[in-house]
Amino acid sequence: MTPPVTAAKQGLISCHCCALVSPNPGGKGHPPAACPRCGATLHTRKTNSLARTWSLLIAAFIFYIPANILPIMTSTTLIHTQSDTILSGVIYLIDTGNWPIAAVIFFASVMIPVIKLIVLTGLLVSVHRRSAWKPRERTRLYRITEAIGRWSMIDVYVVTILVALVHLGAIAQVKAGLGAVFFAAVVVISMLAARTFDPRLIWDQQELPNE
Amino acid sequence: MPRETLIACHECDLLYALHPLPTGSKAKCERCGAILYQNKSNSLDRTLALSIAGLVLFVLANTFPFLAFQMKGQSTETNLFTGIVELYKTDMEVLAALVFFTTMLVPLIRLLGLVYILLSLRLNHSPLYLRRFFRFQQSLQPWSMIEVFMLGILVAVVKLDQMASIVPGIGLWSFAALIFVLAAAAASLDPRLVWERQGMDL
Repeated sequence: MTPPVTAAKQGLISCHCCALVSPNPGGKGHPPAACPRCGATLHTRKTNSLARTWSLLIAAFIFYIPANILPIMTSTTLIHTQSDTILSGVIYLIDTGNWPIAAVIFFASVMIPVIKLIVLTGLLVSVHRRSAWKPRERTRLYRITEAIGRWSMIDVYVVTILVALVHLGAIAQVKAGLGAVFFAAVVVISMLAARTFDPRLIWDQQELPNE
Repeated sequence: MPRETLIACHECDLLYALHPLPTGSKAKCERCGAILYQNKSNSLDRTLALSIAGLVLFVLANTFPFLAFQMKGQSTETNLFTGIVELYKTDMEVLAALVFFTTMLVPLIRLLGLVYILLSLRLNHSPLYLRRFFRFQQSLQPWSMIEVFMLGILVAVVKLDQMASIVPGIGLWSFAALIFVLAAAAASLDPRLVWERQGMDL
């Protein structure tokens, strides 16, 4: 089988912004060039992709803990006060029979962040180990991870709307909790982590000569 | 010299020669399955029309009442901005900023940017700062989250349904329509066509 022809091997760089293919101006130490068409800085691969993705990922893991322990909102009515974490909110929804909404929230707020963090960790480890295992499937996994991340923001928006609607003073009031801030941070940081990961690194390993 | 006849897959870097495609079809990378490029019918005109419609809807969504909440004879009326203001007042500035950014500022910048750039190209003007502006507004795309916000509204309304009555307003309907218009504008835009109208700095 003939080795695949990539832009990098031909000494070419594909612009990440406008996709124009330009020649690579020089070797290491050469200042990065700007794309002649759109002006974006050209990189053969995303800069420091692995180190940046790891740091963002670790930050997301750390923030994930307070995001789940601290209450995301506190609702006060004349009769009682109730603080809800993400998980207790889901359980409350199931208890009151709102299982379709419970499923949406469970999927968006519990499943997606966990899946995302695990998948990105797995992809990073696989690149470090120069794995040859199913590169096409791993690329697809990356594509899905990048696409679904935004939907985790649902819970943050639910809290925003409840805060906006329910402020009747002593009768009924909803306040946002610190958990919501940490949770929003997890979503944003893991979206950034997905964007700093370069899927081309998965393929670079496939082109190394076999021993 | 840049090679305008080549394209490299953005997910696996495999190099291909660019071939003209029939309208409405797309070229996929045979190695990793990513979409390389597409030929969308009437891309720029459609996107321009949808963006103008989007701006009108954006104004409506922000001027008319969004949701009204009635409970025990009291009621509150909200517009899009109320939640952000309430979060800000209760010392949740970070959250307020994030919600403002993802549901109002980014969608507005995207709509204004598309109208400005596409209208200029349509009238054969060369807009000032086009390259920088288009690059900036393309990079904002993942941070426009109004469709996620809409699902959040639905969840919140269902949650409150047992204890109070919720009355949707014109703002909400405009906002719902805006989601489809923005999604259609994003789907019909082929950024390559905008870039191909640019000269090169050589």
